[in-house]
Amino acid sequence: MKKTTRTAMIGAFLAASLAFSAQAGGMNTELVIDTDNGPVKIITHVKNPPKGSPLSELYSGWVFRSKETQALETDDFDNPGMIFVEQARDAWNTPDGTVGKSCADCHGDPSSMKGLRTVLPRWDAKLGKLMTLEDYVNESRVKYMGAKPWKYGGGQLTAMVALISMQSRGMPVNVKTDGPVRKFWELGKKLYYTRVGQLDMACSNCHEDNYGKYIRADHLSQGQINGFPAYRLKNAKLNSVHGRFKGCMKNIRATPYKVGSDEFKALELYVASRGNGLSVEAPSVRN
Amino acid sequence: MKPYQLALIPASFLAMATLASAGTIKPDDVVFAPNGAVSTSLTGTPGDPANGRKVFANRKLGNCLACHKNSDLSEQQFHGEIGPALDGVAERYDEAQLRGILVNSKKTFEGTIMPSFYRLKNGARTMKKFQGKTILTAQQVEDVVAYLKTLK
Repeated sequence: MKKTTRTAMIGAFLAASLAFSAQAGGMNTELVIDTDNGPVKIITHVKNPPKGSPLSELYSGWVFRSKETQALETDDFDNPGMIFVEQARDAWNTPDGTVGKSCADCHGDPSSMKGLRTVLPRWDAKLGKLMTLEDYVNESRVKYMGAKPWKYGGGQLTAMVALISMQSRGMPVNVKTDGPVRKFWELGKKLYYTRVGQLDMACSNCHEDNYGKYIRADHLSQGQINGFPAYRLKNAKLNSVHGRFKGCMKNIRATPYKVGSDEFKALELYVASRGNGLSVEAPSVRN
Repeated sequence: MKPYQLALIPASFLAMATLASAGTIKPDDVVFAPNGAVSTSLTGTPGDPANGRKVFANRKLGNCLACHKNSDLSEQQFHGEIGPALDGVAERYDEAQLRGILVNSKKTFEGTIMPSFYRLKNGARTMKKFQGKTILTAQQVEDVVAYLKTLK
């Protein structure tokens, strides 16, 4: 074999393996988002999930969306979810409540929140309870601002959660599953595998056993929540994790738990832990 | 026709209707063979394949296309791929097996994702408006069975 031919073959082989690493079963996993602070690389595919994971590989929901939907997330300028994030940024800087303070008065720039999203929900030893990001925002509003809590799952709170989550974009999700949160994690796991509704399905039936397949026109994802709050083209707004859980339960004709309930917080913790290693991606764009 | 004879006409219709519903097997009374098959018709009334085709495609009834490809319904877009394609399903299963899978899929395929279309007790937290109700009526099940039998 001539040297040039061999070099060309090695080159072709390298190109092919590079192409393969960027594709998983024909799916594009390369996501770099153009942001005001430069490009941010998002981990949408984890080949070797943490030990004990029920999934052999992890995929962000972004991987399962159409090219057109995917493209909307590659540039913050095109991401429709950013309209709501900007509203939250205004709220961040605006005093509210009897104390007359804004978020910014104590926390400065939202970037001070970097990393927080990656570890939530978590057990808060001081407060003695499981805390979601929504809980922390409302805790702050009530305790330090003298303001009314925002409605769990409502537009204002979900937008603020998106703004704070966004500060951790690109960082891997890393929620704890042991220690005091273990009982909530166990409850979440139980809920995940419990069949509900007249259609008699558990989360796992679609998102563990059948992800990657089509259910009618919908490409089933792993149901990862690293991209939440998510802007959905379907309803043209930011959607909270609990709002999405509720929608899923209604689809299978089950009475959903309440948005903000202990059950949904436990499920959020469990589902977040199944995505440990994927990047925080909020606000993502989905169909 | 005398007045009392006229009065008998609605009475006889009523009797027929009663007979028909008496012939319907209730969800809890369905008898399954060890392999999950149900050999007795749920209604005693032969299934209507044309209506079965409609029930099959209707998103609020069978919604079978959500999970199954079926070339006979190629006019409908987007066939799911969760379950096996149903082309030629009549060659693979007999009537009793098809009925059994529709009534309670879990008796044939343990742990399957497929809903049970003629069973009262389903998953936890079933919405109030669906409690104590089957997804399909007995006759709709028979109609879908009749339709599936045409897929050869």
